[in-house]
Amino acid sequence: MKVEEIVKALDLKVFSGEKGLSNEINNGYVSDLLSDVMGSAEAGSAWITLQTHKNVMAIASLKELSAIILVKGFKPEDDMAAQSNEEDIPVLGTDKQAFEISGELYNLLKK
Amino acid sequence: MHFEYNIISGDFSNAGSASSQIKKVLKQLNVDSVTIKRIVVALYEAEVNVVAHSFGGTIFAEITEEEIILILKDTGPGIPDISRAMQEGYSTASPQVREMGFGAGMGLPNIKKNADKLEIKSEVGVGTEVKIMVKLS
Repeated sequence: MKVEEIVKALDLKVFSGEKGLSNEINNGYVSDLLSDVMGSAEAGSAWITLQTHKNVMAIASLKELSAIILVKGFKPEDDMAAQSNEEDIPVLGTDKQAFEISGELYNLLKK
Repeated sequence: MHFEYNIISGDFSNAGSASSQIKKVLKQLNVDSVTIKRIVVALYEAEVNVVAHSFGGTIFAEITEEEIILILKDTGPGIPDISRAMQEGYSTASPQVREMGFGAGMGLPNIKKNADKLEIKSEVGVGTEVKIMVKLS
């Protein structure tokens, strides 16, 4: 499923990285520990987190993740958004907490 | 091929840039993607360790047809008990570093899992040298 389809279906905000809206999302990963994501997230995943700093983008790029979803109304810091635009990896947002948005994304991807 | 990168203590905003450059080189060399992923995970974790714990250091990368050898040499406090540092969940990271989502005590175990060979030499009060080897063929 494309990032833009997920944005529409889950009513997500798009903060940055618009050029990556056609990236494919095949899976999801929920974690706020960077080494956990580094060690275990699959390429092509959407990463659901409340971390809003630039290192999130370094990991997303190295692991070839498709998008970041920030929960609970968090917004990316300026350098995170800038890096997201450079890497074409969208940073998305929702007011929902991680459990709810993960469940919705899970249902969407498993259809 | 030989590459060197400086790592500045506390410079989290550039953490990962050496890993990203090495990844590009390995892609150009047509190294398979599974191997590239392992190298990138190991190098990124080692790079972040130098940023988070040392006073600064250097990455020396040597790429041959058979293998990649990454040596991260830093000056800093050193590691008093390496076997303890290797335990998953053990960390000496500061509260600020932990707030960013680092310092979960998964860095060195992640390196070990992804490297074919890992050697750590450390002297307390002097610094640490981490050597990571991954076979390319």
